Amino acid sequence: MDNYLKLSVKSDCINEHLSRQVIATFMTSLDPTLEEICDVKTAVSEAVTNAIVHGYENLTGTVNLTAEINGKELYIEVEDYGRGIADVERAREPLYTSQPEKERSGMGFTVMEAFMDYVDVISRPGLGTKVIMKKLIGVAHEM
Amino acid sequence: MTKILINNNLVVKLIGEIDHSNSNKYRHEIDDEIKRRPVRNLIFDFKDLDFMDSSGIGMILGRYKTIKGLDGVVMIASPKKQVEKIINVSGLHKIIPVYESVDKAINSMREVAYNG
Repeated sequence: MDNYLKLSVKSDCINEHLSRQVIATFMTSLDPTLEEICDVKTAVSEAVTNAIVHGYENLTGTVNLTAEINGKELYIEVEDYGRGIADVERAREPLYTSQPEKERSGMGFTVMEAFMDYVDVISRPGLGTKVIMKKLIGVAHEM
Repeated sequence: MTKILINNNLVVKLIGEIDHSNSNKYRHEIDDEIKRRPVRNLIFDFKDLDFMDSSGIGMILGRYKTIKGLDGVVMIASPKKQVEKIINVSGLHKIIPVYESVDKAINSMREVAYNG
């Protein structure tokens, strides 16, 4: 492992911006393009927002952001200890939202999948959810 | 956020970032403006918007439903690359046209009106 980061934040929406800024700064050693930085910031924003909105349903808890750099690969985990997701497959469907009255778009996982190379969701109802994402950085502009 | 009414077109300029922490605030401000003034069409000016995640998509979709109920049109003008990417990934561009500038968005509506 070339570098790693561990950040624990309160499940407050002001920490969505903080998480995006931290991951953007952390990945600079990979010499990313502006587009790659934006992609990763967007994916992290979606995962952290999901943890706050759905994991804790606006109650107080901790969201853990872990990131690692292995060669050209950026590995990210966003974990909460909230209510969990009973049906992960359904939650990952485009436009699915458990809170339609709140104007959530239901596109969070779709956006993560489009902006990252790999997305996995591990969840246990009542215990929490972990989103694992990977992306190769700086590979496209070398070709 | 700045709001200008040009005829019955409400031009809303969003600056900085839209995420879950502020999308609700924008939603209420825009809805208030639609209620208070003779708004028919809504144009989001994204020239100075640096970041948007799917919370912004939800906020735009909600206003789309409101404006559709008024028989109006929602348009997006001048999105930056990241913002345009999420508009495309979410499929929003299929129901909300995207223009290079606010002027072009407003002109497109005039053309629709002239052509009947």
